[in-house]
Amino acid sequence: MTLKLAVPSKGRLMERTFEWFAARGVGLRRTGSAREYAGAVEGAPGLELVLLSAGEIPRELAAGRVHLGVTGSDLVHEKLARWDSRIEALSGLGFGRADLVLAVPAAWVDVSILDDLDAVAAQFRANHGFRLRIATKYHRLVREFLRARGVADYQLVDSQGATEGTVKNETAEAIADITSTGETLGANHLKVLDDGLIHSSQATLYALPEARLSAGQAEIRRALVARLGL
Amino acid sequence: MATRAAIREKAAALQALFRDAGAQVIEADILQPAETLLDLYGEDIRARAFVTHDPLAGERMLRPDFTVPVVQMHMQDGAEPARYTYSGVVFRQQEDGAGRASEYIQVGYEVFDRADPPASDAEVFSLISRALDGHGLRAVTGDMGILMAAVRGLDTSERRKAALLRHVWRPARFRALLERFSGKLPVPESRARLLAEADPMARAAPLIGLRSAREIAERIAALRADAHEPPIGAGETELLDRILGLAAKAPAALAALREMARDMPALAESVATLAARLEALDGRGIDVAALDFEAGYGRSSMEYYDGFVFGFYAEDRADLPPVATGGRYDALTRVLGQGRSIPAVGGVIRPALLMECAP
Repeated sequence: MTLKLAVPSKGRLMERTFEWFAARGVGLRRTGSAREYAGAVEGAPGLELVLLSAGEIPRELAAGRVHLGVTGSDLVHEKLARWDSRIEALSGLGFGRADLVLAVPAAWVDVSILDDLDAVAAQFRANHGFRLRIATKYHRLVREFLRARGVADYQLVDSQGATEGTVKNETAEAIADITSTGETLGANHLKVLDDGLIHSSQATLYALPEARLSAGQAEIRRALVARLGL
Repeated sequence: MATRAAIREKAAALQALFRDAGAQVIEADILQPAETLLDLYGEDIRARAFVTHDPLAGERMLRPDFTVPVVQMHMQDGAEPARYTYSGVVFRQQEDGAGRASEYIQVGYEVFDRADPPASDAEVFSLISRALDGHGLRAVTGDMGILMAAVRGLDTSERRKAALLRHVWRPARFRALLERFSGKLPVPESRARLLAEADPMARAAPLIGLRSAREIAERIAALRADAHEPPIGAGETELLDRILGLAAKAPAALAALREMARDMPALAESVATLAARLEALDGRGIDVAALDFEAGYGRSSMEYYDGFVFGFYAEDRADLPPVATGGRYDALTRVLGQGRSIPAVGGVIRPALLMECAP
């Protein structure tokens, strides 16, 4: 009987996660060669380390194939409908911070807030015959944000990379993308709307609710949570 | 819960009523082009409809309702006047309503008739009311045309009226716009700064994208003009609030609206339409004195209703969606009619829900 903890399988996110757990007395490390996705745990009996792509961790958690997972809150909110009724956020880990923001061309001096964007969407549709395009890979988050604020006459176009370039390339009029410093946005002649913060993301430890664990797993989880001081 | 076979049988019985009322039986494709629905309802429909993909034809949606395909069919080659009935499954995602059906049968009746719209309203309502008779449902009626007429009658710029009309189905946005236009909300700081500049575009960043410098200049000019526009008066915003808050039995609601039309003559025509509809309903044996009327009813549904609206509810089952809904959608025929339009009204019954409210 083990409890599976999923951690991003590479890069800074994995390293910082290992550091965060180590600081709380739980040792996580990769085993074998750098290419092999296997891991070992020290200081937390019954806990098993699983290395996965950060983008797959929300799905694996929701399906119950892993029991704990570290990934960006942006990925959980985007990929899991009603995420908070399915898994629990145990703790933000304080790193991997990035903001999902709505940005428009900096030359749009008449657009600073969502009110403006909504009005411009109506103008754009009347003049161009199609709905103003917002390029993003965060469809759910952006759509829910704009619906809650009553913005109309826009469409989302999928962009899985180099999203900041879509406006210049005339495949979109605005973008919604993750930024940590805003430098890329500025370099691409884009500006963030004053009220255009859609989601503040950070690496977060998520868990299945206890009701979805066996008695033995629930006990391992309680011991781990106590150990981590959560 | 009734079996599928029993629900189909009930649907067939309901459709027989509609057929006997003179409706032609029609079918519609389950796979609809996504683009048409997205253009009508906006991106929000993606959260409510099931989207799928055809490798050649592109994005498709499992039909979320029959109205759009029926209107398209009629606008292409329909005779006039026309009455249609359909019965089939529609598909809706239920992200926020766990446990609600994501596929269910709708049986519908739609009337395309120029002759006497209030009479057509009454025809659809009374037919559906009769089909539901004995199930103890409560009917709520409304009329989007009254709120829209009130907005058109405001003493303010055409641009402001257009902005309000565009958001008539989004109550929160409508309220925010109204508060801005009536001076209750301050001018946003960023806009005040923009308007204070003699030439806001002078120091702007390099222009990228499809929206042109002329379009930016036009909007700045419109914002400047709007800044000189006097606020919508307190009397008018109060009148809008009274309309939105109006909920009464139909005769009392009519009397109240007639009173309001004395302050705002632009309401007169829509109030006369309401009066004619109530008379037509009375003529068809509906107990108008007991009929509920809410002037704000139908604002937050995603439908395209712009006149008469109605819904039938199981009073002791607040957990159930409305058993039947309907309304008038003249504007939709214009949008889908490529320059042509025709007054149209219709409604649907969900037989599975009706069977849960057994008499």
